[in-house]
Amino acid sequence: MPKLNLNREPMPRQDPKIRSKNFNEVALGYSAEQAQAEANRCIQCPKRSCTEGCPVEVDIPGFINAIREGDMPEAVKLLKDKNSLPGICGRVCPQETQCEATCSLAKKDAPIAIGRLERFVADWERANMQSASSLPAQPAPSGKQVAVVGSGPAGLTAAADLVKLGHSVTIFEALHVAGGVLMYGIPEFRLPKDIVQAEVDYVASLGVKVELDSVIGKLVTLDELLNNDYHAVFLGTGAGLPMFLNIPGENLNGIYSANEFLTRVNLMKAYRFPEYDTPVKVGRKVAVIGGGNVAMDSARCALRLGADEVYIVYRRSEVELPARREEVENAQEEGIEFKLLTNPKRMLGNEQNWVVGMECYEMELGEPDDSGRRRPIVKEGSEFIIDVDVVIVALGTTPNPLIASTTDGLETTRWGTVVADEETGKTVKSQVWAGGDIVTGAATVISAMGAGKRAAASIDEYLRG
Amino acid sequence: MYKILLKQDLVPNIHLFKVAAPAVAKKAQPGQFVVIRIDEKGERIPLTIADWDEGEGSVTIVFMEVGTTTHKLALLQTGDFITDFIGPLGLPTHIDEFGTVVCVAGGFAVATIMPIARAMRAKGNQVISIMGARNKELLFWEEELRRVSDQLIVTTDDGSYARKGLVTEPLKELLEGDGKVDRVIAIGPSIMMKFCSKTTEPFGVKTVVSLNPIMVDGTGMCGCCRVSVGGETKFACVDGPDFDGHQVDWDLLFARQRIYLDEEKCSFEQWQSQSGILK
Ligand SMILES: Cc1cc2nc3c(=O)[nH]c(=O)nc-3n(C[C@H](O)[C@H](O)[C@H](O)COP(=O)(O)OP(=O)(O)OC[C@H]3O[C@@H](n4cnc5c(N)ncnc54)[C@H](O)[C@@H]3O)c2cc1C
Ligand SMILES: Cc1cc2nc3c(=O)[nH]c(=O)nc-3n(C[C@H](O)[C@H](O)[C@H](O)COP(=O)(O)OP(=O)(O)OC[C@H]3O[C@@H](n4cnc5c(N)ncnc54)[C@H](O)[C@@H]3O)c2cc1C
Ligand code: SF4
Ligand code: SF4
Ligand code: FES
Repeated sequence: MPKLNLNREPMPRQDPKIRSKNFNEVALGYSAEQAQAEANRCIQCPKRSCTEGCPVEVDIPGFINAIREGDMPEAVKLLKDKNSLPGICGRVCPQETQCEATCSLAKKDAPIAIGRLERFVADWERANMQSASSLPAQPAPSGKQVAVVGSGPAGLTAAADLVKLGHSVTIFEALHVAGGVLMYGIPEFRLPKDIVQAEVDYVASLGVKVELDSVIGKLVTLDELLNNDYHAVFLGTGAGLPMFLNIPGENLNGIYSANEFLTRVNLMKAYRFPEYDTPVKVGRKVAVIGGGNVAMDSARCALRLGADEVYIVYRRSEVELPARREEVENAQEEGIEFKLLTNPKRMLGNEQNWVVGMECYEMELGEPDDSGRRRPIVKEGSEFIIDVDVVIVALGTTPNPLIASTTDGLETTRWGTVVADEETGKTVKSQVWAGGDIVTGAATVISAMGAGKRAAASIDEYLRG
Repeated sequence: MYKILLKQDLVPNIHLFKVAAPAVAKKAQPGQFVVIRIDEKGERIPLTIADWDEGEGSVTIVFMEVGTTTHKLALLQTGDFITDFIGPLGLPTHIDEFGTVVCVAGGFAVATIMPIARAMRAKGNQVISIMGARNKELLFWEEELRRVSDQLIVTTDDGSYARKGLVTEPLKELLEGDGKVDRVIAIGPSIMMKFCSKTTEPFGVKTVVSLNPIMVDGTGMCGCCRVSVGGETKFACVDGPDFDGHQVDWDLLFARQRIYLDEEKCSFEQWQSQSGILK
């Protein structure tokens, strides 16, 4: 057996000083040589423990082997067999807790950079393959119609699978653009929008109809869809309702939900204001409350818009930060300041109702709570004030009640998520399936895709039954 | 893309569009609104549904030129297209048998109160409408509103037409008069809605206002439109836009409407210089 190579091929990235002032992609992608070198490190374990860590069970040894042999079309085929959005997953999957965590080389702290290789294959395909040639053969029409509500990763995946099985599929999307969080949430510098658009176009090229500007629950209700020719409905409307802190002063000018801030910046392209019409407030001192991916994205957007100082304000310590490690490091390199063990008490405003300060408590960690993480406790009398002029609240989201509240017989939990069978996505309402963030609460792109896939299989079985 | 079937200039800076949007027309109810985006670089802005025709598949909006988007919109003509037209959004106005309903409209809102007055009347209410404008030139749809009302009172701020004064004056007289007023609906500029609410408060007459905070999506996902009503934070786009005027925190609404004053000015100046429309 050849000697193990434990040197992970590093990812070329834009210099932090330069990238903190632009919205171009941070990670630049492997060159062909780098991809070869990284692929060569893979020891092709017969146990395929890497694949076990992937929620959609990508044939990882297989596609890596194809890269090694220089057979890129084969790599594309193997990858796309299980994952229809590799260009997206290769960029944003939390690989360190999934496929790369279970890679045999993870024990030696040098897992194969599976995500980076996946991205390399997807980017190669976009640059080199005619999408028409990769279109699957036209299936025999089943005569059944399926409505997919929401065009995030869950909806796109379900729609693609269903249309490939011969069903007629229409996606209904509330916004003026398809893609869900991939378009309105995750910023350009982490996930370029033309990549998302290419994936949406691919799904449309398979024959899926995409109806934008269609708010289900308002324009038509779910029950009306079922009464109007649709044999089944898949709900993939995500978790789009922002949570606030409910502390005094939270409605002051300059205080955004992360959803609003990111929607203005990413979907409406406020970073190119006034070329684009939608404005966003460029703060001088910006505080982002929260420690997840959404908080990191908000902070890094605020910095790129031109803020002098950007803080992440998080109530636990660094080890508990829920964001991907890589994104925390990127944020630190770019100069984002972390104010850990800190929690806001109230927001202070001036006479014009603009936020000027945030009164915070220092926190300490106590016994572990239900989530298994140590519970943050307020240090009494520790209040101090942080000067700010923009605050972004990134505390998480719950599902929007618009559909559940206009539909008879859907079961929801007290967090507003829709109850659905984990294996099949089936809800308690007949002919209705659900998957993605609407079922799990805010989760990941790949888990939403996995849910879309399983639901498509179950819907297909039902339609043919 | 949504086609403009008809454009009418109601007064120099207030325009009407009839837009082809059959699915929206099928669902529209009084008090609801649409969010539109003119083109790829455009902002999403909310506009109230002023009328709809299910047979024709059209939805009518009436808007006043105030900033970049509404000025750009005013340049479009019959036959042109609007990129996005999303609705019907918001909760419909509560229509019921109340007795006597006073509908007060300021400025462009004469158009938006029409479907409400009509529906209130159809429900069997006695409808008294009050419409006001700054001057005679800015008045439109007097006859249209008269047709759906049992009584119509017209005011102009400068007295250039009909009764001189603000809409709150005849409103107060009605409240003080012999006839009982069971409900007031006030729609127009925020300041006018505030003063209508202040006028009715001592009389304890329920007053419904249609709030117009800045919005982005209009579906409850951003929280930009938050208002405070009865001490609670509400999202105007999904919890409203109608609220109890006596419970609204007006100062907060006014403040939040000013968030982008600097940017709106910058955007408008840029647009003016680019389009060569220099004032
Ligand atoms: C800022 C941010 C960063 C993130 N970073 C990562 C990351 O790095 N890695 C990762 O794996 N995950 C990340 N996530 C999480 C991930 O994006 C989500 O888990 C995933 O997008 C969920 O997919 P979905 O299809 O369930 O829903 P969404 O992507 O939320 O899509 C739902 C779609 O449904 C539409 N919709 C909602 N209501 C209606 C209605 N009534 N009618 C019609 N359409 C409707 C919405 O407009 C939206 O387009 C991030 C999330 C955010 C917000
Ligand atoms: C539910 C609702 C219904 C409305 N109905 C109508 C209507 O029927 N006719 C009409 O003429 N106007 C209506 N408005 C107001 C209309 O949306 C604004 O005039 C428009 O957005 C201004 O855009 P602008 O780019 O031309 O001006 P800007 O330069 O952007 O702003 C000028 C002024 O408009 C306000 N404004 C800016 N952006 C928004 C926004 N996204 N939403 C609300 N206000 C904003 C600002 O406070 C500012 O004072 C409504 C608003 C709401 C919330
Ligand atoms: S989809 Fe995500 S988890 Fe699966 S192999 Fe690709 S990067 Fe890893
Ligand atoms: S576990 Fe790691 S080394 Fe083994 S086949 Fe998978 S990627 Fe290659
Ligand atoms: S406009 Fe976004 S929540 Fe109301």
